[in-house]
Amino acid sequence: MAIQDMPGASPWTQRLLAIYGALVLFFLMLPTVIVIPMSFSDSQYLEFPPTSWSLRWYREYFGSSAWMSATWTSLLVAVLTTVLAAPLGTLAAYGMHCTSDKVRNALQLLVLMPVVVPSILVAVGVFHLYAIVDLNYSITGLVLAHTALAVPFVIITVLSSLNNYDMTQEMAARSMGASRPQAFLSITLPQIRFSVLTGAFLAFITSLDEVVVAKFISGGENATITRRMFNALRDQIDPTIAAISTCLIVVSVLALAAVQIFGARSKGSA
Amino acid sequence: MAAAAASSQSLPITVSNLVKAYGDLRVLDDVSIAIRPGEFMTLLGPSGSGKTTLLMALAGFVSPESGSIRFGEQEMITTSPHKRGVGMVFQSYALFPFMSVAENVAYPLKIRGVSPAEQKSRAEAALAMVKLGGYGGRRINQLSGGQKQRVALARAMVFEPRIILMDEPLSALDKKLREHMQIELKQLHQKLDATIVYVTHDQREALTMSDRIAVINKGRIAQLDEPKALYRRPNSLFVADFIGETVLLPVQRDGDDVSLQGRRLKLATPTPAGSGPLQLVIRPELLQLDGGGDDQTNTIAGVVRQTIYQGDSVLLIIDAGEGREVSVRIATNRAGQASLPDSGSQIALGLHRDDTVVLAEQAS
Repeated sequence: MAIQDMPGASPWTQRLLAIYGALVLFFLMLPTVIVIPMSFSDSQYLEFPPTSWSLRWYREYFGSSAWMSATWTSLLVAVLTTVLAAPLGTLAAYGMHCTSDKVRNALQLLVLMPVVVPSILVAVGVFHLYAIVDLNYSITGLVLAHTALAVPFVIITVLSSLNNYDMTQEMAARSMGASRPQAFLSITLPQIRFSVLTGAFLAFITSLDEVVVAKFISGGENATITRRMFNALRDQIDPTIAAISTCLIVVSVLALAAVQIFGARSKGSA
Repeated sequence: MAAAAASSQSLPITVSNLVKAYGDLRVLDDVSIAIRPGEFMTLLGPSGSGKTTLLMALAGFVSPESGSIRFGEQEMITTSPHKRGVGMVFQSYALFPFMSVAENVAYPLKIRGVSPAEQKSRAEAALAMVKLGGYGGRRINQLSGGQKQRVALARAMVFEPRIILMDEPLSALDKKLREHMQIELKQLHQKLDATIVYVTHDQREALTMSDRIAVINKGRIAQLDEPKALYRRPNSLFVADFIGETVLLPVQRDGDDVSLQGRRLKLATPTPAGSGPLQLVIRPELLQLDGGGDDQTNTIAGVVRQTIYQGDSVLLIIDAGEGREVSVRIATNRAGQASLPDSGSQIALGLHRDDTVVLAEQAS
């Protein structure tokens, strides 16, 4: 453990630091974790701790065609966003890596804009733009908007791993007869795939999680799960929300675990 | 496609009027050089001289503004790197860490669509050439620096390229291993039918390995010659100073003659034209302790200031008057040590006329 590696720290300082670290983690996790017991409550309302237990809110969730359709919309949009954002972001990062420092820094600022600008502004802008091109309430519109939001995360993760990658390997491959795309696919990509995968995961979560833009431009039969949850919270607060949240947490954790396991394996074999 | 690269016959390289500029800086300033087929040509120069840029232009990774690069009869200036058919060895080895040694070496063959069985046998043969037979199954991170360099070599020659480019391939190795690899590379070159262009900033390495050396300075070729000629007949103070151990001694111009300490010097080459200041180029090991006095030897008088023991030789620091110092290198064999003068003694040094080179100070 890194904590025990600290030179010169007394056992007491180390112990205090460990406790402090554990507390930070606890408070970070608490809001997420508290939802899980609430979802198994038998009560009509969100309460903690629950007085009695049941699975009725899961039945409510999985039995509702409205919730199910919103879930599929969200998953579809998230998958399509990932499929678009991962290659786009990877290519952008590669291109930025190969340009001069000046151009790269300028591009980096530009590319980070969607992350920095308040999402409500993005949402309003996208809504008005989509009103013109008639993309509001469509899957295509949602996927495009989410891709714009997700691409920066892919770029950042891929760019940072390209910084640790020796580009002369690609030159070597090219001198040995590989075209540039061939060299990238056969030599560079295998060595940065973990960051591409991490970027893809972040893109997936960005889309799945997104509520502000979705609130503006999704709706009708193409409403996302987060949009429906938001409406449900406003109209009637019942533990279905907690059940859905728990499911979303499980999906996120599984996806993260998959990335980590794949990463450990690809690093172990390298 | 594979056949084109395999029909191995080394190619001449003809570079004409090559210019590469970054903004106002001309990294390659109208460079022309004719490299003979099968030659071991070294591009030697200080860092920033343009030697690596020239190599990268040959490889196709640098696009020149103007000029021509021909491999044999074929113009290559706009050809992509992967279609030039050159083998290349990089300073950082540039091995693929996620592949085994054998997979690394087989990569150029795989790209060329060679059958897996042939890939395997040719990779093994290439590894045997660099004395790494049986290492095919190893991972790259299990190899030492010297072994990595050998793998990089095997990979660059496995597809039998007619031209091999090397960018300071030995500079990451320690001195002993580097000197060993220099000899080995030279032997390897004799076995391969390939023209080798080798970049280094190490003049000793260049002298050891090359058929000819192109000394590059400020984007231009300062001198192109065989190692011996380059060492004994440098054509400029830059080359004289860059190659080997050099002591410069100002000398006087007397019309067409040159004099030192009031004596006329017998020169190996004609006195440089013009009226600018002149310098005598002295290699410390070419000075003799007995001043000679015959008509083939120039004499330099001085006082021994210091004697420095360096193992394989002894360096004498001589005060040649007017605050000028000359150093003399004497071998530590019995003959050399028998006549070693004491500190403070007056001596007359001899310099054979064939070794007496006088050069003009450059205007720039």
